[in-house]
Amino acid sequence: MEVSQTTMEPKLKTDSAPPEQKIWQHKHILDLDDFTTAEIELVMQTTKAMHEILSRPIKKVPTLRGKTVVTLFYEASTRTRSSFELGAKNLSADISNLTVSSSSVTKGESLIDTLETIEALGADIIVIRHPHSGAPDLASKHVKASIINAGDGWHAHPTQALLDLYTMLQHKNSIKGLKVAIIGDIIHSRVAHSNIWGLTKMGADVTVCAPSTLLPKGIENPQPHFPKVKVTTNIDDAIRGADVVMGLRLQLERQQNGLIPSIREYAALYRITEERLANAAKDVIVMHPGPVNEDIEIASSVVHGSRSVINEQVTNGVAVRMALFYLLTGGNRDE
Amino acid sequence: MWKYASSPLAGKITVRGFFMTRKIIMNEADIKRTLARISHEIIERNKSTKNIVLIGMRTRGVPLAKRLAANIELFENASIPVGVLDFSLYRDDISSQNVPPIVQSTDIPTGIDGKIIVLVDDVLYTGRSVRAALDAIIDFGRPLSIQLAVLVDRGHRELPIRADYVGKNIPSARNEEIQVYLTETDNVDEVAIIPEPGRED
Amino acid sequence: MNKAMLIKGGRIIDPSQKLDIIGDLLIVDGKIKEIAPAVQNIPEDCGSLDAKGMIVCPGFIDFHCHLRQPGFEEKETISTGSKAAAKGGFTTICCMPNTNPAIDNKATVDFIKATAAADSCIRVLPIGCITRGRNGKELADMGEMVEAGIVAVSDDGSTIANSRIMKQALEYSLIFNIPICDHCEDIDLFEGGQINEGIMATRLGLKGIPNAAEENIVARDIALAKLTGAGVHICHISTEGAVDLVRSAKKDGVKISAEVTPHHLTMTEEAVLGFDTNAKVNPPLRSQKDVEALILGLKDGTIDMIATDHAPHTDNEKLREFATAPFGISGFETALGSLMKLVHNGDIDINLMISKLTEAPAQIIGNNFGKLGTLTQGETADITIFDPNKEWTVNVNEFSSKGKNNPLNGQKLKGKVKATVFGGEIVYKDNSMEPGA
Repeated sequence: MEVSQTTMEPKLKTDSAPPEQKIWQHKHILDLDDFTTAEIELVMQTTKAMHEILSRPIKKVPTLRGKTVVTLFYEASTRTRSSFELGAKNLSADISNLTVSSSSVTKGESLIDTLETIEALGADIIVIRHPHSGAPDLASKHVKASIINAGDGWHAHPTQALLDLYTMLQHKNSIKGLKVAIIGDIIHSRVAHSNIWGLTKMGADVTVCAPSTLLPKGIENPQPHFPKVKVTTNIDDAIRGADVVMGLRLQLERQQNGLIPSIREYAALYRITEERLANAAKDVIVMHPGPVNEDIEIASSVVHGSRSVINEQVTNGVAVRMALFYLLTGGNRDE
Repeated sequence: MWKYASSPLAGKITVRGFFMTRKIIMNEADIKRTLARISHEIIERNKSTKNIVLIGMRTRGVPLAKRLAANIELFENASIPVGVLDFSLYRDDISSQNVPPIVQSTDIPTGIDGKIIVLVDDVLYTGRSVRAALDAIIDFGRPLSIQLAVLVDRGHRELPIRADYVGKNIPSARNEEIQVYLTETDNVDEVAIIPEPGRED
Repeated sequence: MNKAMLIKGGRIIDPSQKLDIIGDLLIVDGKIKEIAPAVQNIPEDCGSLDAKGMIVCPGFIDFHCHLRQPGFEEKETISTGSKAAAKGGFTTICCMPNTNPAIDNKATVDFIKATAAADSCIRVLPIGCITRGRNGKELADMGEMVEAGIVAVSDDGSTIANSRIMKQALEYSLIFNIPICDHCEDIDLFEGGQINEGIMATRLGLKGIPNAAEENIVARDIALAKLTGAGVHICHISTEGAVDLVRSAKKDGVKISAEVTPHHLTMTEEAVLGFDTNAKVNPPLRSQKDVEALILGLKDGTIDMIATDHAPHTDNEKLREFATAPFGISGFETALGSLMKLVHNGDIDINLMISKLTEAPAQIIGNNFGKLGTLTQGETADITIFDPNKEWTVNVNEFSSKGKNNPLNGQKLKGKVKATVFGGEIVYKDNSMEPGA
């Protein structure tokens, strides 16, 4: 054995030990408001790896074998739930889907009762979609399993925002400085809220645009409780120079509640059209969480046109959810 | 970025009052020669370069695989595809860690059906990483065969795994640390061991 | 059973007599016998309480609370509520009629009085409904209820949406000169609201309750009070705009009074962060600007008194999704502690605080139930003794109230009730209170 000059070096783990990961701090994924930039970047990186799996002949890895994922959806949603389901299956987890009909709710079974039953059945991760804001937060305080918020009321939809960020990164170099216009029923949109958090944390330049009745209250002076964004009621101002234009779903009952006079007027003022997009950046991409009310939120030709990345969002949804399942595994975590 | 500190006292690292001397076992020249030898062995064993795909196991297996491919190109004028494999998702110890390891990308550039895969890693120890890598490779297709090349074999196998090509055998005790540094990842080429106390000579 | 008791060495503050001295207070036969720097003629067999370092004042009066009996005994009963109130230093409490059945006739008033007489350790005065069953449509038999012993009328929990009915109710009340207390809430502006309308509602994705929902009705009530010449009392005032309206109205000579809760004086909408249903209350906790306006209103006399709006709920009810949890804070036992924050901060003077808890509510209640809120010689000995500097941590599991719904759980407060005396009897005593020499 040669003994050559020795050097003072810090200790380094070998044996292909994994790079020690001190970035991820979450036991639950409830909202993006408490994610660090580093955590979001980690999700993006992990999603990339998961995305690659989806292009393999065998789209399956054994990573979550033995883990049980349960989806608990109080609102019907084939798209999002299938996305979670596929993601779990690709990671070899066992998955169970519960749709709670309104009858269980009227029977008086509380959310907490339902969760305790699910946990007793052995769930490691519970994915919840609920019409009331704060339901996943409540869940996280009462069960040992990890909770993923698949959309709660008007509050948050963190997995959607993460897949939206990932989709943007596939087309743009970085989020920092990116001009993003979010157009639609902002006040009632959990997708908008989570995107605002995620995008501002990553340094994007965000503009929200809606009729004034659909703009969130207090948005002019939001700090410290909410990120600062540009606000306008004029769609052309919002779209001008935008790198990303995101449409949002308009619930038809907004007209019934007197928030807008008619769908027709809303579409005339706020529909994302080819014409309006001419003022956006040359390589603008158009996004929407789906399902799209064609010709109300976005013109048909745009939905099916070359600028639309709406279908990619769906595929990316599976990859992002796989990444989140992966990051939530790992036992012995203090909570 | 690590810096050198070369002085007579530099090798004595005070760790909780113990003096430990870090011994360099292979320097830059040693590594270069060893990799050249392994490259020749790969060509020789497989009788040609046809159908060979080198796959580097993250992290340090990757630059090693690239160097082997460069050598083979030099010696045989043949270009060998090099892939990158992150086998984190196949590990058997994910749940027992506090947070799962960072997953980086995997890129296998060609189909692997019918190919001769040479897995490349820096250190072979318990064999569990290789087991995970094998499971990952199998999910990509059905290679003709899978061979294993490692820069260092330090013994203590916990699974029935053996390397086809070994740079250097470094018998070690379990509580000793083997360090492999490569220029591409650590700015220096070096293999060192921190021996257990009492083993300094 | 002591016929006499001496409270020694405390700082005796009685705003009704403009009194603020260090001294002794002698109680004989349930009445205030003497207050002096050192009482000389101490009767035989006199019990005593050492009040050194503490404040001795008239027993607190709560003009607005919910005792839930009859009909919601799982949340609270007159018995448990009175114990909780005594622990909070209250010797007189007025209970709202949103019970089941509602307090809208003599029989229910009698029930409350009888239950109080049997189960309550302090004075309970019933408030009757303005409209039958609080339906907002037909007037309840006010005269019958006054005769039976109510102290005020209110449809609290609801607002009389129909302004004509409210006008007629105000006119009718002129016969009895009884306060009409309004829970000011514009139903349409409020609809479905959960917390204050503003950035917190945006952040949490909850429907907001705009300030205007309260101010709209306050303005209406002021106009009607002006029109009818009747007096209206604004319950749990919560916005800057409402305070401004009341201030102007008082300047105009309108017969109007207002109360504010300890939680509205000391907490903002930020308390709801994390979807804490214990901070879900109606009217909601508002912005810092509103809180500052309320404190100012208290200081300049726009707001006449402090009332807790004690609203207990069961754990199960509050342990639900935010939107489905009921509104209310179980506030008797943290009232003093939270108000003392304002005193320690220098926002209000301790004399003012005591005045708003004693002589002010006594004034609106009137003398039909005795001369309350005072330590005047010869009057009933309702006394609160508290340590203004005692630091303690709120633990809802130690509450005497059945309602553990209090957002201050786990927080440190500075100021604690040490003993409560009702008609000369000690109805609450902290473990640390030693009898004096």
